[in-house]
Amino acid sequence: MSNTPKTLAIAGALAAAFATHAAAPAHAQEAKEKCYGVSLAGQNDCAAGPGTTCAGTSTVDYQGNAWTLVPAGTCADVELPEGRMGSLEPLERDLPA
Amino acid sequence: MFDLPARSRLPAGPGVGYKPQHFSNIIDRADPVEWLEIHAENYMGDGGRPIAQLRALAARFPLSVHGVGLSIGGEAALDREHLARLKHLVGWLDPAAFSEHLAWSTHDGAFLNDLLPLPYTRATLDRVCDHVDQVQEVLGRPMLLENPATYLGFAETEMDEIAFLAAIAGRTGCGLLLDVNNVFVACTNRREDPVAYVDRFPLHLVGEIHLGGHDDDRDDAGLPLLIDSHGREVADPVWALYARAIARGGPKPTLIEWDNDVPDWPVLAAEAGRAATILGGVPA
Amino acid sequence: MNGPFAAALLDPARERPAGLTGPGGAPAGRRFDVYRNNVAVSLTEALERGFPVLARLLGPEFFKAMAGVFLRAHPPRSPVMMGYGAEMPAFLETFAPVAHLPYLPDVARLELALRRAYHAADAAPLDGAALAALPPDRLLALRFRFAPAVQLLRSDWPVHGIWRANTEPGAPPPPKSAQDVVILRPDYDPAPHPLPPGGGAALAALIAGRTLAAAAEAAPGCDLPALIALLLAGGALTDAEEAR
Repeated sequence: MSNTPKTLAIAGALAAAFATHAAAPAHAQEAKEKCYGVSLAGQNDCAAGPGTTCAGTSTVDYQGNAWTLVPAGTCADVELPEGRMGSLEPLERDLPA
Repeated sequence: MFDLPARSRLPAGPGVGYKPQHFSNIIDRADPVEWLEIHAENYMGDGGRPIAQLRALAARFPLSVHGVGLSIGGEAALDREHLARLKHLVGWLDPAAFSEHLAWSTHDGAFLNDLLPLPYTRATLDRVCDHVDQVQEVLGRPMLLENPATYLGFAETEMDEIAFLAAIAGRTGCGLLLDVNNVFVACTNRREDPVAYVDRFPLHLVGEIHLGGHDDDRDDAGLPLLIDSHGREVADPVWALYARAIARGGPKPTLIEWDNDVPDWPVLAAEAGRAATILGGVPA
Repeated sequence: MNGPFAAALLDPARERPAGLTGPGGAPAGRRFDVYRNNVAVSLTEALERGFPVLARLLGPEFFKAMAGVFLRAHPPRSPVMMGYGAEMPAFLETFAPVAHLPYLPDVARLELALRRAYHAADAAPLDGAALAALPPDRLLALRFRFAPAVQLLRSDWPVHGIWRANTEPGAPPPPKSAQDVVILRPDYDPAPHPLPPGGGAALAALIAGRTLAAAAEAAPGCDLPALIALLLAGGALTDAEEAR
């Protein structure tokens, strides 16, 4: 293994990072408390929906060019650089110094 | 042939369908709820909080695993991968009961996320029996099969629903799950008498009872069309049917199902309390 | 019987199947639409629950209509609904009405990754203290095993900023630069973290089983100690071994 001086220079900082993150032994009480907290809603159930409303039959015809809806959520607040909203040009990545 | 205790080791008291938002209520004080039911498919992930909660609940309560995705009533062969997932869950959890529906939900590889109806014929009876046999063989335990809530019938149907269910139980050794709300919904939708249905139901085969709320709707002709919405309190006529079944068949493990617009714990616990009162009114 | 029934469930333009009855043997008529509703509404709700940020970005009316197109093109292929919607990023890439929002597929990828992380297997984190005493050469030769919950998303868009602006009240507007994101799940709550410059390349190298030295070379200028500190704090590393 040959490490460049630049790579070797970060070894000290890496060792410090490891030293500060010693794993704490888990306690039963903590394990129980972690069970509480936000849960994603269950995805499967056996209940029925909205009866004979037209919820399942009123679809917007996409194939037939009847689609007139436009997005009307918070996407309007996402400002990409000038002219980028309609373009498929990816944004520049912040380059490492 | 399995005896009834082997089909269900649930206590003959009230239970509720478990919802994660009630976890802390249940762990603190579940009274009068004696047992919990989970939907199998929601615990088929590899880990994380759902599995951790399930382990914590299993240490405190008898559990019932209720499948909603096997498509036992479907034309297609059972999904072997799904059966394997179910075997894994039932294997490590060792629940007091496992149940599924007389319905189908998968066709041509697409899962339709609803409990769809089937005609009751000699051919569908053979197929459902084959599927129940296969499930019981893979799981190595007997299952309970639930009567469905239905909104329509089939011209080709040649058997009555109770005879169909009893034949499945007789041939496969499975037990039955009597959903009293489903009885009320399906009988009303067929314009049949739900009291006569409950009075004819083979209660000695019943290992668990379900109760849930329904919604009122109307069909094209203006006839009543009830929807199995599980989004409100159990209706009074359903409680009356339930009391009638318990008076005849004796106390049975009884579940309150509430899946839509899930209320705070005290509302659900009060529904369980109402079941407990009826269960307590008859000798065991 | 299941075939025509299933086809008519998903296609409202199709005739209702023959042979369905209401009371007294009358034709079932609208009764069949109860099942159509159950399928369409339950799958739409599953997509709304699974992609809350997409739904906010697009607005409820647009999202519901789009979900109607999606669920008919991509009904679930498994009864386990926690995984439903894996085709959403690819669907968004070709759905013309959102072609002017090119960052949406990556938002969908982020929401799918959060769900996968939530249900991923538990894993005991590595004890960093045991490694801190290694001499520099041996330390740099370490490679790691990652917790199953760890997910790296490399994006050409400010995907973390967009996610945050739609989940956290008062969050700043998204930056105008690309962001790589790592999802970490210390205990049971997954959270996305934006990676520092070069962090995406360095983390990709580590996840691929390459050493700390190789990661440093793959991403010169990346603050590797800061990345390792982030991973350790998030319980991302479960085991280490020295490459020989």
